Amino acid sequence: MIEVIKPGLFTTIQDQGRWGYQNYGVGIAGPLDPFALAAANLLVGNPQGAAGLEITLLGPTLKFHRETIFALAGADLDPQIDGQSISGWTCYLAPSGSVLSFGERKSGIRAYLAVSRGIDVPPVMGSRSTYLLGRFGGLEGRTLKAQDFLPILSLEENFRNLVGKVFSPTLRPPYQKNPNLRVVLGPFDEFFSEEGVRAFLTSPYTVTPQSDRMGYRLQGMPIKRQKPGELITCGLANGTIQVPPNGQPILLLADRQTIGGYPIIATLIHADFPLIAQCAPGDQLRFKAISVDEARQAYLQLWGNLGRFKQ
Amino acid sequence: MEKESRIRPAGDQALLVEFGAEISPGMNRRVHEFARKAGVHKIPGIGEMVSSYCSVLVYFDPLLLSFSETASWVKGFLSPEPVEADSPSKIKEVPVLYGGEFGPDISFVANHNQITVDEVIRLHTGETYLVYVVGFSPGFAAMGSVPLKIQAPRLASPRTKVPAGSVGIGGQQTGIYAVESPGGWQLIGQTALTLFDLHKDPPSFFQAGDYARFYAIDEKEFLKITKDGIQKSEFRSLSGTR
Repeated sequence: MIEVIKPGLFTTIQDQGRWGYQNYGVGIAGPLDPFALAAANLLVGNPQGAAGLEITLLGPTLKFHRETIFALAGADLDPQIDGQSISGWTCYLAPSGSVLSFGERKSGIRAYLAVSRGIDVPPVMGSRSTYLLGRFGGLEGRTLKAQDFLPILSLEENFRNLVGKVFSPTLRPPYQKNPNLRVVLGPFDEFFSEEGVRAFLTSPYTVTPQSDRMGYRLQGMPIKRQKPGELITCGLANGTIQVPPNGQPILLLADRQTIGGYPIIATLIHADFPLIAQCAPGDQLRFKAISVDEARQAYLQLWGNLGRFKQ
Repeated sequence: MEKESRIRPAGDQALLVEFGAEISPGMNRRVHEFARKAGVHKIPGIGEMVSSYCSVLVYFDPLLLSFSETASWVKGFLSPEPVEADSPSKIKEVPVLYGGEFGPDISFVANHNQITVDEVIRLHTGETYLVYVVGFSPGFAAMGSVPLKIQAPRLASPRTKVPAGSVGIGGQQTGIYAVESPGGWQLIGQTALTLFDLHKDPPSFFQAGDYARFYAIDEKEFLKITKDGIQKSEFRSLSGTR
């Protein structure tokens, strides 16, 4: 078991998402930084999609009630084992009774904790991801609370040789504060005036505090329409950037609704999901349009690093 | 017709197939016919397909497929022919306790249309509705179209919490909030049915393409249904057409 002594600001169990139920209104959920969760999982010998914890800003205090192989990836939230600083992107063996805690964040805002063999909560509709809107999945469909106990499986002896392995910095996403984010325009960019599209692609947008796992509300130059009215509601891909009547874009993320009707100017590319996942309120974003084929190349390049680590 | 349909990228992991820009049973049938045909002929890399009023969002794995390859695959299932309606052999019936504390907006709907609350109920229960899409929140079934005299605009400010089972009207549509969620529709009543159960497969009582009718019950019957847990996913078969 892992005992939750302090839950942290916003900690949920996530695997790579709940697919197959969007036609029943059930969103995908999953990690905002899927690369970091995958990397942490690979470090501990798990499949990329095993269930771990998504930790936001202020990390939890967790006690390992048995020897546990674990790794952290994503943000640097100053992790410590029994008060001693440890590194992210590294596989560790936590002794029985040891305590993992976090200090002040140093970079990014979302860290992922993977434990060997995954967090063993029962899957719901095929996934262990927490679906907050539906209040199911993960641990009772909610964020962690003090005195929660997370079930884990016993350590496999032949995984001990993973301890000490590092996921090389050269393979990690190019995280940065105030990132430039690449998008594919559309599918409804024709709703916007040339001026509106130009504003979107040339001026900075600030992440407002009204930003969470459903989406990031951004503030900047209003994006003007040239066609009135709403879209007819359609499915919403991860990374959809929709623009409500006030002209301020909303970048939709893992916990977004399955369908919606605000006009969609562009969609964030997969390779840049890790970058947005690490942005905090106050950070500034700039968008750049690329082709769908360039977007695919970027994804293959970055996700290929997961394969390069395995070797 | 086929030339109306458009296929465009929605980022690098999905594409949107639009069949047109209207909410109508005919358009909706094309959507579901496409999803059905394509669904049985998926190739490796094709993921989930999310249907809506007049479009389908097709997810694909960029490790296996490019946008162009996915678009080509999609085109194989686009057909210019309209899809015939079948007569709705199964109409799912929804018992509703109208008004009262769970239907706080029923008077608004009545006043907006200059009719009585009883007429709202009569009109709402007098139609057979097509479920266009299940989405927005788990199990939320959006159906249409309601008679003109009970149409009502959405709330200017959505409620942060709408109780599970709330029956609402939004514009030309009616629908049911299966789970508690934020919501902007005018609430006219509450159903005792369980519309979303994550232990069932499928978990949602409604699916797009279903037909539904509402019928009024009183508080006594409402309490009986919820207390006795009378079969919550029953539907009655009605022969004949809408």
